[in-house]
Amino acid sequence: MSFFFEVLIGGLLAGVMYSLVALGFVLIFKASGVLNFAQGSMVLFAALTFVSLTERGINFWLALLATLAIMVVLAILTERIVLRPLVNQPAITLFMATIGLSFLLEGLAQGLWGSQPHGLNLGIPDDVLVIGDMFISTFDLYAAGIAAVLVGALAVFFNKTRVGRALRAVADDHQAALAVGIPLKHIWAIVWAVAGFVALVAGLLWGARQGVQFALTLVALKALPVLILGGFTSVPGAIVGGLIIGASEKLAEVYIGPYVGGGIENWFPYMLALMFLLIRPEGLFGEVHIDRV
Amino acid sequence: MSETGNPLLSVNNIEVIYDHVILVLKGVSLELHEEGIVALLGANGAGKTTTLKAISNLLRAERGEVTKGNVRFRGERIEKLTPPELVKRGVVQVMEGRHCFEHLSVEENLLTGAYTRRAGRATIREDLEKVYEYFPRLWERRHSLAGYTSGGEQQMTAVGRALMARPSTILLDEPSMGLAPQVVEEIFAIVQNLNQKEKVSFILAEQNTMVALRYSSFGYILENGRVVMQGSAEELSRNEDVKEFYLGLGSSGRKSFRDVKHYRRRKRWLA
Repeated sequence: MSFFFEVLIGGLLAGVMYSLVALGFVLIFKASGVLNFAQGSMVLFAALTFVSLTERGINFWLALLATLAIMVVLAILTERIVLRPLVNQPAITLFMATIGLSFLLEGLAQGLWGSQPHGLNLGIPDDVLVIGDMFISTFDLYAAGIAAVLVGALAVFFNKTRVGRALRAVADDHQAALAVGIPLKHIWAIVWAVAGFVALVAGLLWGARQGVQFALTLVALKALPVLILGGFTSVPGAIVGGLIIGASEKLAEVYIGPYVGGGIENWFPYMLALMFLLIRPEGLFGEVHIDRV
Repeated sequence: MSETGNPLLSVNNIEVIYDHVILVLKGVSLELHEEGIVALLGANGAGKTTTLKAISNLLRAERGEVTKGNVRFRGERIEKLTPPELVKRGVVQVMEGRHCFEHLSVEENLLTGAYTRRAGRATIREDLEKVYEYFPRLWERRHSLAGYTSGGEQQMTAVGRALMARPSTILLDEPSMGLAPQVVEEIFAIVQNLNQKEKVSFILAEQNTMVALRYSSFGYILENGRVVMQGSAEELSRNEDVKEFYLGLGSSGRKSFRDVKHYRRRKRWLA
């Protein structure tokens, strides 16, 4: 039984890492109704920038601040150059724009800093913690803690602050938001900056785990089933979705895998997401589409 | 309405073009005086909404553009301002079809209206109470999601939300749309109340000519992007053409549809 819990806890902790990436998607989707295809590229861009700065001998905190500043500038530029001319266009147009943005960011990151993989050491101990007869990674615990703080802060921001309320208003109706005097350009710049910050945190944690390299962009793919499960518009949904995906893929691998020759960890989340789409398309916590009759 | 003195808001001979090719307004002029209620009347596609959006500058988000003429508010030209800048100056539009934020509660909807204001919590709270006084129904529904409230409640939310910006002028687009006659009267009565007590001026774009003329002091009739008639509300409601075409009243009182349908029946060979 303790083996079961060990797998479960390992899965949940891995799930938190998925949640982190999914959060970035949720933020932008909430505020603009756009699935930001470039989220994965933002993760890579942030992590690569940070690593390259520290490798050039810049102090950890200074590099963190500098990267954050770069992400904010990037957000403002994105709003100015990509989003503003596309106000009120169909969602698919904006989606295509984010695909373009994604290639641009990937190219830019690797053009600037080179494409070789980097190791990243955040100074977070990666020891094995023994509880009873279970083995748990301390790095995973730290990562989960960081994610929890981030999520708490975002939840308060969205629900209790004036800007957070405006963000949700913009998500519901661009035009009406504009009509009551909410400046869309500020809101979008803010939300992309926050998403950039989340991408940075996710990039650092994932980078420390598997190295900073091009494959980081693929982490975004794992966020998709998380979003489908949790709902595209819900911050708590991203967390719960991440936990479910993380736990179920590990458990499936260990308990079902042997019967089908293993390796199911990679596709199990997508199958789960597919089943969810059939049963509850808005996800566990997503906003139900309100239809008036 | 007093026609003396400088108008609060004046639209001077504006032309509006959508997408660089579609000419929608072909020279519209109108004036709104301090504490006035002006009705903007006309059929579908006459240019009522476009006129309001030209004033509030929501046109640009729809690829529309004021290409000639100008709009002045308290003497200042406002065509180049963004909607938020206009809201700060006191001009708010309540869009056609209400456009509430569905996934926000009624109270949160109202609070978004105060976004542009730098007032403290207490002041905003006071204004919120005031809105609830005008719309007691919103107080009861304040915690429900706006998307789940009735059409009338949504219209009230939309007007209340605009009020939270402490505007001097509200551009109200088709408030009667899709509402029961009783609710329409209720909303217009509140508009009148706001006009008298809070000194808010209104431009009402309406297809419901009968109700609109009853609550406004002056009216403009738009057809095909032009003002074809203007006058005080009494003048307009007495005018024979307005009676015939907009109020459905002939010289002999209300017409029956049987008399109106005098076109010849077409033979249906294939029926």
